[in-house]
Amino acid sequence: MTATAATGTLPAEVEARITRLLAQVPDPEIPVLSVLDLGVIRHLGLRPDGTIEVGVAPTYSGCPATPVIKADIVRALTGAGFRVAAVDVLSPPWTSDWISAEGRRRLREFGIAPPAAAVGSTRALLHADPDVACPRCGSRQTARTSEFGSTPCKALYRCESCLEPFDYFKCI
Amino acid sequence: MTPQLRYLLRLADSNLVLAQRLGEWVGHAPALEEDLGLANVALDLLGQARLLLAHAGALEGRGRGEDELAYLRGESEYLNLTLVEQPNGDFGQTIARQFLFDAWQLGMYEAMQQSADARLAAIAAKALKETRYHLRYSGGWLVRLGDGTEESHQRVQQALERLWPFVNELFVTDEVDREAAQAGLGPEPAALEAAWTGRVDEVLAQATLARPARTHFAWYGKQGRHGEHLGYLLAEMQSLHRAHPGAAW
Repeated sequence: MTATAATGTLPAEVEARITRLLAQVPDPEIPVLSVLDLGVIRHLGLRPDGTIEVGVAPTYSGCPATPVIKADIVRALTGAGFRVAAVDVLSPPWTSDWISAEGRRRLREFGIAPPAAAVGSTRALLHADPDVACPRCGSRQTARTSEFGSTPCKALYRCESCLEPFDYFKCI
Repeated sequence: MTPQLRYLLRLADSNLVLAQRLGEWVGHAPALEEDLGLANVALDLLGQARLLLAHAGALEGRGRGEDELAYLRGESEYLNLTLVEQPNGDFGQTIARQFLFDAWQLGMYEAMQQSADARLAAIAAKALKETRYHLRYSGGWLVRLGDGTEESHQRVQQALERLWPFVNELFVTDEVDREAAQAGLGPEPAALEAAWTGRVDEVLAQATLARPARTHFAWYGKQGRHGEHLGYLLAEMQSLHRAHPGAAW
């Protein structure tokens, strides 16, 4: 269900411009990812009064970054001269499968292992530990240190080959 | 207050009170990783409580938002399960309490995804993903502690014995539950018991722990009649808002 008040679609050139602007809005906790890479932008729409509506899916129910992300989006688009409202989109719930290929590459470069298994995959259903590759040396000889890390979306791992600890972006 | 609203507040309050309890561990857990773990679970539960309270406030239609409902209701207006207000005790007792609750909440949210209330169904589908992860965490620790040292086994078994009297309330179905279920809001708690028992038994077996015997204790936290602990928890949680109404960060 979406609390949308948008009834119209944006002209293609406006949508392209907004998409370019959103690609410049970083995730406040993992700034190498844009909000587009993170997959939290669910729709762009036009309200009858001309306001542009951006649908944003929260990653975790209690993630403190969600209100910051919405405020950053509004600030970026308002700064470019648009009238904007950011709304929560709860359903379908956000999944780590929505992180873009570009986002996954950037996570790895930043030292965070991207989510390993697709959420709907058999392996994820069987609750097996995912096969997490070390973002530094690529080794699959890794072990989980903790189910939870510095933000709700991450777990702590260590590499048994290069011995470095690293963050793993959880599959959800 | 309608049965539907009470049913929602029971869920929301159980999340909120348990989040507050888990928050007491911050800076005190046995290891940094568990400090982070318990705080992260608390944060998810708090987020779920906020969604549910905001929805309850909107349904009530009297202008009460999540803050009014969280900070300005007294002890007898809180409708949480008595289990979640129990003190943290040692790490084993916190994990045992979390495990019993996670296993219950999993079944609750699974069924609630089919709620006739579309907003509630969306909240449940979102929260269910988080609850699965919580259960993996609490279940994983229960196995490690139960199948760990003689000391850890004994302490976590004692924790289960201590908490077991509060299990009955998880499945008691009263008039509020029946009416809410008939309205299509969510399941009757009694319908969750068989799957819960199966889930719990599986982990207890791995943990080499014994399921305590069913007791005759009856608790009524979800009807607003609480044990001796909740008042202190609320006093701490609500003091800032009551001293500075409307305060914002």
